[in-house]
Amino acid sequence: MRFGSCTHVVSTVLAALGLFATLPSSAAKAAEPVVVYSARNEQLIKPIFDRFTAESGIPVRFTTADAAVLIERLAAEGKNSPADLLMTVDAGELWNASNRGLLRPTRSKILEANIPATLRDPGNRWVGLSQRARTIVYHPSRVDPRTLSTYEALADPVWKARLCLRSSKKVYNQSLVAMMIKARGETATETTLRGWVANLAAPPFANDNQVMEAIAAGQCDVGIVNTYYLGRMLQKQPEFPVKVFWANQRGDGTHVNVSGAGITRHARNPAGAQALLEWLSAGEAQRLFAGSNMEYPVNPNVEIDPLVRSWGSFTPSRINIVEAGRRQATAVRVMDRAGWR
Amino acid sequence: MLARWRASFVILLAAAPAVVVLLGLAGAWLTPAGDTLQHQWRYLLPDAARNTLILVMTVALGAALLGTALAALVALYEFPGRAFFSWSLLLPLSIPGYVLAAVFAGSLDYSSPLYSWLREQFGWQWPSIRSLGGAALVLMLTLFPYVYLIARVAFESAAQRYLEAASLLGRTRRQATREVLLPLVLPAVLAATALVAMETLADFGVVAALNVDTLTTALYRAWYGMFSLVTAQQVAGLLVLAALLLLALEHRARSWVRVREASGPVLQRRPLPALTAALATLFASSILGISFAWPVMHLLSWASAHLTADLDARYWGYFVRSLMLAGLGALLIVSISTLFVYARRNAVGRIARVVAPFATAGYAIPGAVLAVGLFAPMTQALPWLQGTLFVLFVAYITRFFAVGHAPIAAGLARLPTALDESALLLGSRPLERWQHIHWPLLKGSVAAAFVLTFVDLMKELPITLLTRPFGFETLAIRVFELTSEGEWERAAVPALALVLAGLWPLKWLAGRMPHAT
Repeated sequence: MRFGSCTHVVSTVLAALGLFATLPSSAAKAAEPVVVYSARNEQLIKPIFDRFTAESGIPVRFTTADAAVLIERLAAEGKNSPADLLMTVDAGELWNASNRGLLRPTRSKILEANIPATLRDPGNRWVGLSQRARTIVYHPSRVDPRTLSTYEALADPVWKARLCLRSSKKVYNQSLVAMMIKARGETATETTLRGWVANLAAPPFANDNQVMEAIAAGQCDVGIVNTYYLGRMLQKQPEFPVKVFWANQRGDGTHVNVSGAGITRHARNPAGAQALLEWLSAGEAQRLFAGSNMEYPVNPNVEIDPLVRSWGSFTPSRINIVEAGRRQATAVRVMDRAGWR
Repeated sequence: MLARWRASFVILLAAAPAVVVLLGLAGAWLTPAGDTLQHQWRYLLPDAARNTLILVMTVALGAALLGTALAALVALYEFPGRAFFSWSLLLPLSIPGYVLAAVFAGSLDYSSPLYSWLREQFGWQWPSIRSLGGAALVLMLTLFPYVYLIARVAFESAAQRYLEAASLLGRTRRQATREVLLPLVLPAVLAATALVAMETLADFGVVAALNVDTLTTALYRAWYGMFSLVTAQQVAGLLVLAALLLLALEHRARSWVRVREASGPVLQRRPLPALTAALATLFASSILGISFAWPVMHLLSWASAHLTADLDARYWGYFVRSLMLAGLGALLIVSISTLFVYARRNAVGRIARVVAPFATAGYAIPGAVLAVGLFAPMTQALPWLQGTLFVLFVAYITRFFAVGHAPIAAGLARLPTALDESALLLGSRPLERWQHIHWPLLKGSVAAAFVLTFVDLMKELPITLLTRPFGFETLAIRVFELTSEGEWERAAVPALALVLAGLWPLKWLAGRMPHAT
């Protein structure tokens, strides 16, 4: 076989690839675009970015992937990274990015005024933009809510074969456990988790929807989920038989995680990125950012979605969310030791 | 014949990206990473390794038996619906494993309407699909077409004269099939089974959707949960070792049954007796039913509520980009595989001989680890590549080289070297030999390689996610966007489009394959 003919084919194909390369656009000089690496998915961010562009004239370009992968990408690209802003759906990854020196501190009076201190990085490298409450849900005809109190109480043997949990692989559970460790220490938390595992009615589920469906179908009576999953379920089926219980109201408050963002170390347009963050932290943008996914706004002055409001108000945890990241690796170890798969 | 150094060069070049990634994984073992690995070793890895082993063995065995049985039926016998099954049994390939897992979990788990109804009416109970057995079933049903396709090509290119010789020697057709045909197709079955085993090793989508702990979930737990990419790479190194072991086993097994064949009149299919024919039809339809029709119906019912809301003009873009990436990627992989296989057929230098097996090991590395492992060195060495699809295609080739390689290698292995030698004696030029001798005998295998890689690339997610240019969305990425926050019902729309997009290439292949209808 003649080698030359095949190299020709290969080189033609490689030349064709050049056609698909996206060249840096020279037309966007008018307003420098903000480039976002986002773990928050496209359908939740694109409408809001479009609106930002319409109001400010600043274009937004973004790409999505898992946060851990985006962080490796940022690290690999270093100074050459096009990214100005890293957006994630939990605080752990933001802590990880800032811990690796990939985010830069930003002082902003607007962000400080709009976002409670517990939902911001103490080093000002990232802020929360919406709150995701993770709390207890139950079946109203099989559980009297007066018998519910705290996450920890679900370890009690009265819940034997009545509890459903999502897999410990999900960061939402890892953050919850990290905050429990901060509040009560490793040993006490491990005891609680062992109790949970002993009470499981079914092997852990792959997502929060399956946990709620199992409760509705009678496989178990209580579970722990992010409330926006229930919100979506109720939008489809208003009679869905699962109710919210606000955990730990007499103690340290219900666990909230954040979907948030931070400006990258090597941002080329930090001013644009800051403008986007500030815009997202207030007014209609803040309402949309949280409301489009039935999450809670971080800005206390912004109106909550009516369905979400119907679950009543609650006291969130008073511990700074940065602890969720700082203790996440420890949380995973404790979960492993307790046998929570 | 290719000059020796040229052949070596081809092999080294094709293996280079895989070697870069593998060196990265090896480097992870030399990097201090705290005691994350020790922790995992104590609490996770023994169970994870056991599950992985059981999963790989069951899925490989199941897919090999199922694929070979169906291939033999379709290639050797006549029964109602045979022509339809000959191409439609490839369809399950177009359904991503994680989608089938979600459909099975949604329709067979405790809270599913079907289970609830059967439980309430008849008190029926069955073991949870969210288990090791469930994962094995799902993987087997999505992966058996690899074996089916490659084995069918082998059966169909087997020469009639072997069977005639066997019958002259007094063998019944069944004995002849067992004693003559099976050894002839065994290399192809082994090669396809090795692919299935490697895909199972690297699978994350299915085991995550059914919450089964394997080495890949342990790997992601270290990376995503404990922020230790190094530990993840160390575990990925274990996966690669397992894959290399598998490849060595396959190589060894193949050398035991090295059978060369000559061209000749193609196999004549035999009609089956009425009852057996009906059973054959029933068997093929039930496999097609559970692995394709049922999930598609399920997706349709999920999608129906969102079709009007979600399906708009953007889908043309997703569709075209998916086809473009998969088509171009498959073309590249098949071209390079063909060159590679030919290069290996020639005498090559020692380094090339040692390096060659590594070129196919990328298939056992979970996509995200491979993508990151290639992205970092490439962007650092060649920052001007940013924003192009170059890294994406290099990563595709590295990850899916094995899929293109296996059918072509198996096809070429069936051609006797005596064929080359006699042609050489007749003074033919290399291109003539390729055009007139090899290509007609090999084109079925090349087409099979193209389709397998094409369909795999259509479903590919982690590499595309990380390395695509801004705003570059495909159908698989759309599925990811919607499922990443659990919106499975909406995700059914792009998932169906993905299946549709895979449909015509599969049908097209069926028409192009020698003796396919």
